[in-house]
Amino acid sequence: MSLDVSGLKMYYRTVRGDVRAVDDVTFSIADGEIMGVAGESGCGKSSLGNSLVYLAGRMKYVGGTVELDGAPLPIWDFEAMNQYRFSRVSVIPQYAMSALNPTRRVGRMLAELLKSRGFDYGSLQPELLRRLELVGLDAEVLRLYPIELSGGMKQRTVMVISTLLDPSLLIADEITSALDVSTQKAVAKMLVEFRDRGFVKSMAVITHDISILYQVADTILVMYGGQLAEKASAAEIIEAPRHPYTKLLISSLPEIGVRYETKKLHGIPGTPPALLDPPEGCRFRDRCPLASEACRRTPPFREVAAGHHVACWRVAA
Amino acid sequence: MSALLELERCTKVYRVGSFGTRRLTAVSDVSFDVRAGEVVSLIGESGSGKSTIGRMILRLSPVTSGTIRFKGDDVSTYSDHRLKAYYRHAQGVFQDPFSSYNPVYKADRVLELVKIAYFPHVDRATWRSKIEASLEAVSLDPGQVLHKFPHQLSGGQLQRLLVARALLLDLEFLVADEIISMLDASTRIDVLNLLGALKARGLGILFITHDLSLGNYISDRTLILRRGAVVESGPTSEVFGDPRHPYTRSLLAAVPHLHQKWGNDTSYGFDSEQVPTALVPVGPDHLARVAV
Repeated sequence: MSLDVSGLKMYYRTVRGDVRAVDDVTFSIADGEIMGVAGESGCGKSSLGNSLVYLAGRMKYVGGTVELDGAPLPIWDFEAMNQYRFSRVSVIPQYAMSALNPTRRVGRMLAELLKSRGFDYGSLQPELLRRLELVGLDAEVLRLYPIELSGGMKQRTVMVISTLLDPSLLIADEITSALDVSTQKAVAKMLVEFRDRGFVKSMAVITHDISILYQVADTILVMYGGQLAEKASAAEIIEAPRHPYTKLLISSLPEIGVRYETKKLHGIPGTPPALLDPPEGCRFRDRCPLASEACRRTPPFREVAAGHHVACWRVAA
Repeated sequence: MSALLELERCTKVYRVGSFGTRRLTAVSDVSFDVRAGEVVSLIGESGSGKSTIGRMILRLSPVTSGTIRFKGDDVSTYSDHRLKAYYRHAQGVFQDPFSSYNPVYKADRVLELVKIAYFPHVDRATWRSKIEASLEAVSLDPGQVLHKFPHQLSGGQLQRLLVARALLLDLEFLVADEIISMLDASTRIDVLNLLGALKARGLGILFITHDLSLGNYISDRTLILRRGAVVESGPTSEVFGDPRHPYTRSLLAAVPHLHQKWGNDTSYGFDSEQVPTALVPVGPDHLARVAV
């Protein structure tokens, strides 16, 4: 297993109390696996990704363990993570457009970045140029300022930089959201290509757009209210979801060919729970058509079929 | 059926760069109409000029050339009180519900402002029932949203409240510019269905989006915009079912489907192709910029 996360809890500190954004999360990513993380805004998917690489000041590690390639990853220790960040665990941030330093040419920024991590820019340059070419960028981009690149070019540049040291785990957070459909497709296909070429051992692709995940991911993890709802192969999540939330979510997505006149889709009534001091039990129960008395207790995230995990009392094992 | 809103050869040129020395054509020679009781979707990628068209219709931005007519009248000639009368019939809802509101006004005050501006002589009881009727039309519970500040409401509720506010007027035409892009997947479809319900009430709606599947779901007719120009237009079923322009086809090929994977093609090939100059009919009410 490339990544093993067990019982991870990460809360946000606020004056009113803790916001339980990642609350007892357990999953693993196999070598070579592209795992998609799907969910609505505020479900904790970005917090989950961030907690694996960069705990910002307001984020508080509460409990749980993370193992990368069999060795523990000290995510609670900001300093100790420095030796893993970028080289072993890397991230393509949500706003890759603004991730580049605007006052440096791309090449110089990268040279400074590598130097700060104890790597030599000169010796990595041939590989860098090869990868830039692979994503359709000219070596010229290294001599340009970020402002001179288009959105799609910046996105690709950041992808190449983030994966330059062949990390074991790459976290791609909403990287296709701000792009047009054609660029989106190109970037999504690049993710798969990077995995196929072994630039990255495994990936967590975080997005709210489940149809993109169906295209690129091997498995999909669905989050709801800071907890895991379901994890299974991408095909099973789309074609045979088990969790009521996943079912309703998938059935509410319009597809090309579905028309209002002929097939009216419906959303899920209600809103996601506030994660500031959430009540005990299944967090979807207020919106769930199947909710019963049993749902007052938190359902375990258990395997109901080979490789198919669901957190719901109403799903038979 | 006569058109409710009609655009005739509208062009918008922005001055950009230092001292406005460079010119950028955001919208070039766009003509279409929206009839009462139909949803027309305007689909384009970022920078295609789709929002500019919505802004021009609502007089938030002047046209450089061309005419926009509402029920036969040129909207650019409207002066103060005619413009106010125009806004009684035509309103817009935009992408970001969180910045559309004054954060210190509660929801009932937002609606009260409509009364002050447009219905000063309507008595309290009538006004109250009007508010209840329009909130009901957008499936909002008055008890849940009135007396609340914008930050206490969800994005879906805020967008619906904006539509409810527009419905208090004698609304006939609505510009819905990316109104569900910022909403969550589980609630966005309900706001989209709301447009369908408004259409049934006889409203004409211009639905502006970058998302092809949403446009396909709700609209009767579709226009595909590229770099400010319409490359294809026609009944939604025709444009999506039988796309004629290579750009439309490439967009459709790039849409991620839920039950079908992308093909293995890696070329897009629409940047090199020559754009013929005119929109030509390729089917009943179906136009495309292709060579015939």
